[in-house]
Amino acid sequence: MYKYDEIDQTLVDERVAQYRDQTRRYLAGELSEDEFRPLRLQNGLYIQRQAPMLRIAVPYGMLSSKQLHKLGDIASKYDKGYGHFSTRQNLQLNWPKLEDVPEILAELATVEMHAIQTSGNCIRNITTDQFAGVAPDEMVDPRAMAEIMRQWSTFHPEFALLPRKFKIAVSGTRDDRAVVQMHDIGMEFYKDSANKLAIKVWVGGGLGRTPILGTVIEEHLEWQHALTYCEAIIRVYNLHGRRDNSYKARIKILVKALGIEEFKRQVEAEWSHLKDAPNTIPEGELERVSKYFEAMPYETLPTHDAGFDAAIASNPAFAAWVKRSVHAHKIAGYRAVTLSLKPHGTAPGDASSEQMHVVADLADQYSFGELRVSHEQNLILADIKLSDLFAVWEKARANGLATPNIGLLTDIICCPGGDFCSLANAKSIPIATAIQMQFDNLDYLHDIGDIELNISGCMNACGHHHVGHIGILGVDKDGSEWYQVSIGGSQGNDASLGSVIGPSFSAEEMPSVVQKLIDVYIQERTPEERFIDTVRRLGVAPFKAHVYADKSTAKAGVAA
Amino acid sequence: MSNLITLNNGVASISENEWTVVKLPASQVEERKQAGKVVLFRLTGEKTVSAEQIANTEIPSTGKVIVPLSVFIARKAELQDRMTSNEIGVWVDTHEILEDLVASVSDLNSLPIIAVHVERFADGRIFSLGTLLRSRYGFKNELRAIGDVLRDQLYFFKRSGFTSYLIRADRSATEALASLNDFTNPYQGAVDEPRPVFKRYNRIA
Repeated sequence: MYKYDEIDQTLVDERVAQYRDQTRRYLAGELSEDEFRPLRLQNGLYIQRQAPMLRIAVPYGMLSSKQLHKLGDIASKYDKGYGHFSTRQNLQLNWPKLEDVPEILAELATVEMHAIQTSGNCIRNITTDQFAGVAPDEMVDPRAMAEIMRQWSTFHPEFALLPRKFKIAVSGTRDDRAVVQMHDIGMEFYKDSANKLAIKVWVGGGLGRTPILGTVIEEHLEWQHALTYCEAIIRVYNLHGRRDNSYKARIKILVKALGIEEFKRQVEAEWSHLKDAPNTIPEGELERVSKYFEAMPYETLPTHDAGFDAAIASNPAFAAWVKRSVHAHKIAGYRAVTLSLKPHGTAPGDASSEQMHVVADLADQYSFGELRVSHEQNLILADIKLSDLFAVWEKARANGLATPNIGLLTDIICCPGGDFCSLANAKSIPIATAIQMQFDNLDYLHDIGDIELNISGCMNACGHHHVGHIGILGVDKDGSEWYQVSIGGSQGNDASLGSVIGPSFSAEEMPSVVQKLIDVYIQERTPEERFIDTVRRLGVAPFKAHVYADKSTAKAGVAA
Repeated sequence: MSNLITLNNGVASISENEWTVVKLPASQVEERKQAGKVVLFRLTGEKTVSAEQIANTEIPSTGKVIVPLSVFIARKAELQDRMTSNEIGVWVDTHEILEDLVASVSDLNSLPIIAVHVERFADGRIFSLGTLLRSRYGFKNELRAIGDVLRDQLYFFKRSGFTSYLIRADRSATEALASLNDFTNPYQGAVDEPRPVFKRYNRIA
């Protein structure tokens, strides 16, 4: 993975000094609450319900074991011994003290980490596929370009204070795992007909209050123009995006208001001036950064491993885990492994300091000392030998990291919700855990099969509820917490936004609502049909009818 | 004590402020409201300037003045003589259209100073405007940030081509000076240093 040189290190060290002084001025009363807000937000520090929340950047989800050890240490030294991995592949601390943050940043800087632009109205952490570099279906490893874009976006002076947050995702696979269509800018890297690196660019996607999938603005952009083209897009947005209403300030609203044709015309007018400007990426720079992402020193291994096959045959629990948590790898004899941060009954995405140390040790012992965070809020060991899988499983299982539920109903994407977040309308973690307990039967979960359930505590949609096969949104009605349910959302190439099935439910009703949706699916599915396929085939009606059947009887009873 | 920071050949210092910013008088026209909301100008939501405001703007008869763009466009004839003696500058608000400014003079560099007024710290349009004035429209003279100007914007102002900064009256310009040097080596090219880091250094993997 990328390693800092003196230039990178100096910049991060200078950032620590800058933020330390900003905190000092705030505590001394030299900066008002309002003036400090944009400064602390650009450093990922929110003031939450019970304590500040600090979001630490994990650029495109890549971590070294050394970094994860440090995160584990920081979580126990400055927090309550755990952290929360977010849907932006970052790590959030829920209980740091505001005055400790400069010290935390100084510790992070020692392992080439920071919290720059993890919040605020600026270009946020660039995300990508958690299997980048190892996925068999990959056309291009997007990480070198992601790193070049990380550097370019860091303290970009022109885009320091945008109308609203700005999220970029990059991918390099046919099968999109980076949800590029739901980002402000999505970039899919591919090799064109001349075998040259090119980019398909989407713009104006996003979830939140007004969920919109991105629109293709450029089918074929030569890679060296990635930065200047983004500058053209973001300049048009910076100048013309709404600033009077934060709910209408994302670029998606501007693109919709202007129409993609007019928006594209303005972008191209800007770009005609910026094309070939000094921020154009030279071959040498891509080569330099790509060196950090070269293939690992893999061994030449057979495609099969007798010990692994025997363990599968004799140990059903291991076999179940392999089925859900082990993924194909482009090198023979290797696999990628997802460690589940979704054990039933705990907050999705949370990891204790001990677990972070365990995962870091596993990475050191079995996976070249590196790991990744997925936007589904799990941890990935990308390079495990087939023959090591059993040992990895045993260690992971002993530490609560091997729930075989990856891609299943209880692998819930969930924001911190009303327990922590001051924006939330409703709690989300208790809903997730109640659903996990309702479906706490692995055989049944495996029978239900591939399904994505996403929960957000408010319409800001940090839990990506719009693109969940089942999406749950916390809403506020007359000061109490209710939950709106949608079905039919999906991420990936065939991304779609879910449809709301009807009036919202109380927290207590939620496990049985999900149960009813699953019952309809089990009854109606054809062999090999996933939940999402059944919803797409039948539409919302049969699900709605079953979920609200009791309710309408109850109401009819009252009326009578 | 002056609250003006100026940058000369990269060296920042506190300077005397020779320029007076001319403000528009408050609007006499009642705000138009629809369903209780102020009717806003364009997508970005600012109010327009009325002809009456422009006519009623008082321009001091002597000394160096920076006038609002709308006043400059409408009343250029009466400012012509003073322009030749370099007494007239123009300021624009962050929602105004730079093309209007460019079209209003035959040579932008006949203006000794352009100022951009930022009403709120969080309004980052000012950085694009500075960048465009320098890189697109070739403005070479003094470019000043005025309004809600605080030390934590200074580094970005400098990089976006601004060469003077009128720090908000309740803050110390002397203390703000330090923030111009928050970072020694920026990654990306911008107005003050167009070459990105990969063109300035031979970085070796």
